[in-house]
Amino acid sequence: MTTREHGYFRRKWSSRVMLGLCSTAAGVAILVLAVILGYTLAHGISALNLNFLTQAAKPVGEVGGGMRNEIIGTFILIALGSVIALPVGLMAGIFVAEFAGPKIASSVRFVADILAGVPSIVVGVFAYAIVVRPMHSYSAFSAGVALAIIMIPVVARTAEEALRLVPNSMREAALALGITRWRSVLGVVVPGAITGIVTGIMLGVARIAGETAPLIFTALGSQFGFQGLLKPIGALPLQIYNYALSAYPDWQRQAWAGAFILIILVLGISILVRWVSNRKST
Amino acid sequence: MKAIGQPEAALARTHLHDWKFGRRTGVSDGIFSNLTRFFALLVIALLVALVGILVIDAWPAITRFGISFIGSTAWDPVKQVFGALPAIYGTVLTSLIALIIAVPISLGAAIFLTELSPAWLRGPVSFVIEMLAAIPSVIIGLWGLFVLVPFIRRPVESWLGSHLEFIPLFHGPPFGVGFLAAGIILAIMIIPIITAVSRDAMKAVPNEQREALFALGATRWETIQRAVLPYCRSGLVGGVILGLGRALGETMAVTMVIGNSYKLTASLFSPGATIASKIAGEFSEAANGVPIGSLIELALILFGVTLLVNVIARVLVWRMTAVKAEKR
Repeated sequence: MTTREHGYFRRKWSSRVMLGLCSTAAGVAILVLAVILGYTLAHGISALNLNFLTQAAKPVGEVGGGMRNEIIGTFILIALGSVIALPVGLMAGIFVAEFAGPKIASSVRFVADILAGVPSIVVGVFAYAIVVRPMHSYSAFSAGVALAIIMIPVVARTAEEALRLVPNSMREAALALGITRWRSVLGVVVPGAITGIVTGIMLGVARIAGETAPLIFTALGSQFGFQGLLKPIGALPLQIYNYALSAYPDWQRQAWAGAFILIILVLGISILVRWVSNRKST
Repeated sequence: MKAIGQPEAALARTHLHDWKFGRRTGVSDGIFSNLTRFFALLVIALLVALVGILVIDAWPAITRFGISFIGSTAWDPVKQVFGALPAIYGTVLTSLIALIIAVPISLGAAIFLTELSPAWLRGPVSFVIEMLAAIPSVIIGLWGLFVLVPFIRRPVESWLGSHLEFIPLFHGPPFGVGFLAAGIILAIMIIPIITAVSRDAMKAVPNEQREALFALGATRWETIQRAVLPYCRSGLVGGVILGLGRALGETMAVTMVIGNSYKLTASLFSPGATIASKIAGEFSEAANGVPIGSLIELALILFGVTLLVNVIARVLVWRMTAVKAEKR
């Protein structure tokens, strides 16, 4: 065998080995998801029962009870966060896409990206400082503020990108009919981008549904369910966290059941988002 | 007419570059565009307020300890002495472990997705990896606590401990919970983001680059190594740094598996703390004044570091996509 052939042989095989390693890496990533998802779903469904969905939490040490209040609490917090975040996020997105000059547009965009990268625990500290401390109480409202801050950049950026995809001829056509700009934006451009906007909103909801860190010192948790906006409230992720770290096997079981519900909720929204945006593009 | 003309002139000067249609606009347009502007500025104000409030609330701790806060290992609410070093150390260490594990896997997966995978497999594999990103942190933590930690304690740490004990990293009793567990959990959480960003970067490499190397007789790996990877280097680095930003600030999953002990130790098996886990664990019990100020100063440090990391990543990824736009 000449040296040249030998070199070729080596190069060919090193290529195969490296490509094999790359494929293995993709396989590992998929395997990790399969393991986590499979284990959580299998463990969760066997821990799930009707009581879990319909009963409130039992006091420490008593077996049984469920997370009804926390499930409801999670939906209330999602609604609160969305009510605060949607006007801000959507209007900011509309401004950047429809009205802003290039300079201010890029700075709003940049700030939104930075805001999206702020660790959620820091957002929780911020919400504590601006809501909980002045009002002297942990509350559902403060948790809603924290979740809204996390949701705003998601909604603003996706809304802006969706609006940009609307062709300019639509705007021109609307204006040619003699309507004002704001009506053309709300009546023509926004409806034209509605799929993208809704996708963004759902992405934001999926993001805040599973958030736990910002709730620890805003929502705090409560075994009584919803008692008003200015009172502490329980949430599913928070309860999973507390029960997982507890010493009671029954609470640990309930943590798995809660994880099952939460994962179905979040992955359900994510898959829906994907389905909607795929349908749009084809 | 003046009242109507005024806001319109202002509008025309500052924005509406797409809307050169002139007259048919009234007070309502001014109100609406200013309303949207208000909310956009609110987003900017939010970030400014966040920084301002954190600085103000951390002030008792900042003035009390000064720069020594960063170098001190104490955390003693009774004596009122606080220091950030163990938390900073834990944050850096766990993020490093995460990068060491996640970067090769993510780059490999991205190469598979852009260069190797048959077209029909590309969508499903991307989908699955994106789903991994959507799993809430607390669920990954739950899984980590009940599945990964026992696994790390029994075969992994006890094997490393008995065979590689001479290395300080692998010294000490196998707890299961600790830096190693937290690092592995973080790796799982940042694989999707690094994979997604580097996949997009590799996709932006023009096919001519690959064809040129194939024409010279290069193997597939040589093509990837010499044409694809160097071309999108800044995008890849940006993706890795974005992953780092995520790892630095990740809270719940880490808090659940790191064991929450506040000390400096070389052993990866040892329980520890990160900045985020320290805040999550102690914030609701901290007394007002210096103790809570110290935790908020930790939050400020975390914010500053992730801000820096994210800005660097944005610039790198943005430069990559700018190159892509130019080529078109």
